[in-house]
Amino acid sequence: MAKEYLALILGCILVNNVVLAQFMGICPFLGVSKKMDSAVGMGIAVTFVLVMATAATWPFYTYLLQPRGMAYLETLSFILIIAALVQLVEIIMKKYTPSLHKQLGVYLPLITTNCAVLGITITNIDETYGYFQSLVNAFGTGLGFLLAMILFNGVRSRIDNAEGIPEALKGIPSALIAASLISMGFMGFSGLIEGIFG
Amino acid sequence: MLNDYLLPVLVVGGTGLVGGVMLSIAAKYMSVKKDERFDKVRECLPGANCGGCGYAGCDDYAQKILEGAPCNLCNPGGAETAARLAAVMGVEEEEFVPKYAVVHCGKNCEHTPLGMDYQGVPSCEAASGFFGGEYACKYSCLGFGDCVLACEYDAIHVVDGTAVVDKSKCSGCGQCVKTCPKHIIELIPCSKNYYVACSSKDKGPVTRKNCEVGCIACKKCERICPEGAITVADFLSHIDYSKCVSCGKCMEVCPTGAIRNCFTAIPVEEPAAEEEIPVEPPVAPAGKTVDPPEETGTF
Repeated sequence: MAKEYLALILGCILVNNVVLAQFMGICPFLGVSKKMDSAVGMGIAVTFVLVMATAATWPFYTYLLQPRGMAYLETLSFILIIAALVQLVEIIMKKYTPSLHKQLGVYLPLITTNCAVLGITITNIDETYGYFQSLVNAFGTGLGFLLAMILFNGVRSRIDNAEGIPEALKGIPSALIAASLISMGFMGFSGLIEGIFG
Repeated sequence: MLNDYLLPVLVVGGTGLVGGVMLSIAAKYMSVKKDERFDKVRECLPGANCGGCGYAGCDDYAQKILEGAPCNLCNPGGAETAARLAAVMGVEEEEFVPKYAVVHCGKNCEHTPLGMDYQGVPSCEAASGFFGGEYACKYSCLGFGDCVLACEYDAIHVVDGTAVVDKSKCSGCGQCVKTCPKHIIELIPCSKNYYVACSSKDKGPVTRKNCEVGCIACKKCERICPEGAITVADFLSHIDYSKCVSCGKCMEVCPTGAIRNCFTAIPVEEPAAEEEIPVEPPVAPAGKTVDPPEETGTF
């Protein structure tokens, strides 16, 4: 049982990394990876929202949409729920945990429409995960996102300081190339889970 | 038929409605009360978010003003902002002391020999982490210009391997002070023109060996200063700007040219090397300790 969840989490972080293998959430991945503080802040905020969103959307789908044959409303209603939820969480955080709100505050509204959040909630449904499994999957995916952000921040700060980059490749182009190289590196993890747990 | 069309609409509409109602209730009952003066105070501030006031940006400073912080800390805003803030807060106007940055190092490429052949990343931060930089003097400006990049006012430039501040452009925001990994930049009042262009806490002879223009702690400036504003501690001269009257006698008397005028930061003539320079024997700092320029070090 525990082994199953460990395999799920490891798989989310390394093998099916949300950014580097599934190519979701590229926007914050490129946008806020310039500084370590903001990269970590964004990663934690995404993890938080992923778990919250999964906690809300999974029962909504399983107990309301699916039994009534309205599974096609999945995407539409999930966006609605995630947006409302994130706003609500922000208001509550502002009131009760101002320091946490200050840390995550800027990123929370940004995540509302992050495709990684919608993507993972839908993946949870498609893979027919149970409730707890879905939550674990969401949490692991968030950790994977955090890892990708931290890794990419390290690479990027070195690229920014590097000499001899051709004028045409400075900035975003070199960042994209670096991202593709990291992504290829992550391909090396495929088969890891089968190797360890299988 | 009815179910096929109406139910989905009801479900999505209902979800939206529930979400909306929840949000508006939350917004009503969980709203954080804001001081209504906050926006007014924030409007007075220039919005440069430089952090020169010592707080984390204009929003934070505005909040701290409401909590009782003094109104005269904003350097880019100057006296005008201080006056407006005082008016909004209804407190008595405090005198605003504009400040500008000086670099406590005055070497040029020839004054200080290199201690190594540094070929790493060309930034002060990286070089400073690598055995304190390439110069023989471990207190010296590294000259890669991290401060130049930090400056939003184009007021600081690297000339001959050392950062020099253009007083006329400097707004006193303190970005360079925060950026410098050697901690050799300091903000001093605009009304004062003389500063010690050296941060070396090495003993006199060591400094002398490492740099032609370093402070060798000869104490000539301490003796000549009519106001008693200069103290030498840790083998480094230090000017107390609350006493300094900018008479310039210290600059005239300094044998190595370590004390400078901000308008002629790069000395025109070479210091008279022939002159016999008395190097004070190392003495323990006298009872009164001056606050040393923050400790140099690696990160």
